[in-house]
Amino acid sequence: MATQVNPTRMELTRLKKRLVTAVRGHKLLKDKRDEMVRQFMLHIRRNHTLRIEVEKALQGVSTRFAMAKAQMGALRVSEALLYPARAAVYEVGMHNVMSVDVPTIRFSGDEDADTEIPYAFTFTSSSLDNAVVELSALLPKLLELAEVEKTCNLLADEIEKTRRRVNALEYVMIPEMQTNIKFITMKLAENERTATVRLMKAKDIMAKQEAAAQAARAAKQAG
Amino acid sequence: MKKERKIAVIGDPGSVMIFKAIGLDVYYEEQGSMIEKRIHRLADDGYAVIYITEEAAQLVPEAIDYYTTATFPAIIPIPSTKGSLGLGMKRLKGNVEKAVGADILFKEG
Repeated sequence: MATQVNPTRMELTRLKKRLVTAVRGHKLLKDKRDEMVRQFMLHIRRNHTLRIEVEKALQGVSTRFAMAKAQMGALRVSEALLYPARAAVYEVGMHNVMSVDVPTIRFSGDEDADTEIPYAFTFTSSSLDNAVVELSALLPKLLELAEVEKTCNLLADEIEKTRRRVNALEYVMIPEMQTNIKFITMKLAENERTATVRLMKAKDIMAKQEAAAQAARAAKQAG
Repeated sequence: MKKERKIAVIGDPGSVMIFKAIGLDVYYEEQGSMIEKRIHRLADDGYAVIYITEEAAQLVPEAIDYYTTATFPAIIPIPSTKGSLGLGMKRLKGNVEKAVGADILFKEG
């Protein structure tokens, strides 16, 4: 019992209503949290595998690129890549997972299409071509990684918030309201008992007075 | 709700130059303050994804954390030429710990 409450019937009704709402909210939030954790697990597993794949593939690309640079010279490489080949084709949107807005980033180009190489082959080494081809093949995965990783970030954040709410309701709000309700009911019952006792006492006194008066009257008549 | 959004790559030239070939916007930044400025500017310009080399990401943790809770942009660390520093994996584990309370998935790693 931390807070002071008015032991009135009105307060009791108000508290009872709030308790019902709190219990309902607690149940809903708990369900939300459970479902979010489930979704999070799905996403985080995918995130894990994707990250391993992408990191490995990018390392391969880096090695080839470094090789190309060694073969051609840094200047030639940067010259070859000065002009971008094509705009990467992807679609960006939003999507709702358990009331969390997460981005969707989809590769919308043709995955099997031959990669356009943005330079002429005259002065470039085959390592550079390979690096570019590998990286283009990796692009859909890179985009998916971005999407999944962001989703995980946002979900983790929201799960943390929801968990805090659930715990606050479960361990603070609801018990507090229950003790308050108990306190008010006890107090009201006690008041009622006090009133009854007071009435009984008053009746007693009145009966005694009546008896005394009657005795006095009887004595007068006899005397 | 489809919007025109772009993808950027930030890092040292050696690691990210190749991304030009597949049509992403590439920015060469190696200094902490410049990277931070670049991230904020790109976010303002409505970029959807910013790939950043782990080395660069290490220099600007605040800027990255700042956008963690926003839907866009998604800032994704990628390994540089020097190999992976494990920053991406660390973030992943951090997420699991945040959501579940304990690292229950990748204990072995």
